[in-house]
Amino acid sequence: MLNRDEDILKAAEDWQKAGHGVALATVVETWGSAPRPAGSSLVINDDGTFLGSVSGGCVEGAVVTEALDVIASGQPKMLEFGVADETAWNVGLSCGGTIRVFVEKVGQS
Amino acid sequence: MKLETLAEVNVERAARRPVIVVTDTANGEQRLVKAKDIAADPLRAELAKQLRMGKSGMIEAAGKKLFLNVYAPTAKLVIIGAVHISQALAPLARSLDYDVTVVDPRTAFASPERFPDVPLIAEWPDVALPPLNVDHYTAFVAVTHDPKIDDPALLHAFERDCFYIGALGSRKTHAKRGERLRAQGAKEADIARIHAPIGLDIGAVSPSEIAVAIMAEITAQLRLPKENAA
Repeated sequence: MLNRDEDILKAAEDWQKAGHGVALATVVETWGSAPRPAGSSLVINDDGTFLGSVSGGCVEGAVVTEALDVIASGQPKMLEFGVADETAWNVGLSCGGTIRVFVEKVGQS
Repeated sequence: MKLETLAEVNVERAARRPVIVVTDTANGEQRLVKAKDIAADPLRAELAKQLRMGKSGMIEAAGKKLFLNVYAPTAKLVIIGAVHISQALAPLARSLDYDVTVVDPRTAFASPERFPDVPLIAEWPDVALPPLNVDHYTAFVAVTHDPKIDDPALLHAFERDCFYIGALGSRKTHAKRGERLRAQGAKEADIARIHAPIGLDIGAVSPSEIAVAIMAEITAQLRLPKENAA
C-alpha cells in the first residue's frame, strides 16, 4: 500500500510531538514529464527516516540530505532538480522533467 | 510549517473537509484556509479554482509567489453488492488508495471469507449507508442487479452528490431503472449522472476486467478536467 498524504502529515505531527526534528518537503512546481504532481510530499525526521515521495525515487536521497540542513537551521529552502541542472548527472530526473521542491521545518515559530 | 497549522490540517482531513495551505515560498510564511472560509478570502477566485480541480500549484498575487497546497479528502468507494465483480473491485480500489466499503444485506454474499480485509456491512442500504458519511469525495457503485437493493442506494448517492455514480446493467435494464427511480421522485439530472452500462468500454468480460473498466471510469471522472467547469 502506498503512503497517503494523510499518513505522511500524521507522521510529521507524531514525530514532532515525540521530540524529533522534522522537515516537510513538498513539490511546488513541475515542468515537462515530472514523476509526482505539485503537492506531493515527503516527511523526514532527524534520524533520516522518511515517508512519502517527491519523485519516483530519483531525488529523494538529495532531498533528505537538504532536509537535515533545514531541520538544523530552521530556514526553509527551495530546491530544483531536472535535466537542465548541472546536478542532473548526479541526482537528476531520468524522466526528463524539472521539479521544484520546497523544504520547511515543522514546528518553526 | 507551524505545528498548530499541521495539527489543524490533520483535524480537517480526518473530518473529510478540504483545506488549502497557502505558502509564501520566499519566506515560508503560511496560512491555512478552510473550505468554508474560501468565499470570504482575498484569494477566493484562485483558491476556489484550485480546489475545484483538486490540484496544488503556484500562483502570483500582489507580487508574491504563493504555493497553494490543496488537501482534498481521500476518495471513498462504496460498493453496493458483495458479488463476484466486487471481489475484484475492492482490492483494486484499495491499491488505488480508495477507502472501500462493501454493502450487501444478503449474508451469503457478504461473508468475510469472500471479502477478507474489506469493511463489509451486511445490512440494507437504509441502515448501512447513513453512518458511512457518503459525500462528494465518494465514488458509488451499485452492482447487485437487484432493484430492491440498488435503487434505494442510488437515491442516497444522488442526495450526497457523489462525484461518480455507476450501476451495473445493460441499456435496457438501465432504462427500466430510470423509470423506477423517476417514479420514486428522482430528478432527470440525477438519473443522467448514472454511468450505465458501468465502466469504460474496453471489452471487459471477466469480473476482474470489469473491475478494471469501472476503476478506469472512476479515475477519469476524478482526474479529467470537467468540460463545463468554468
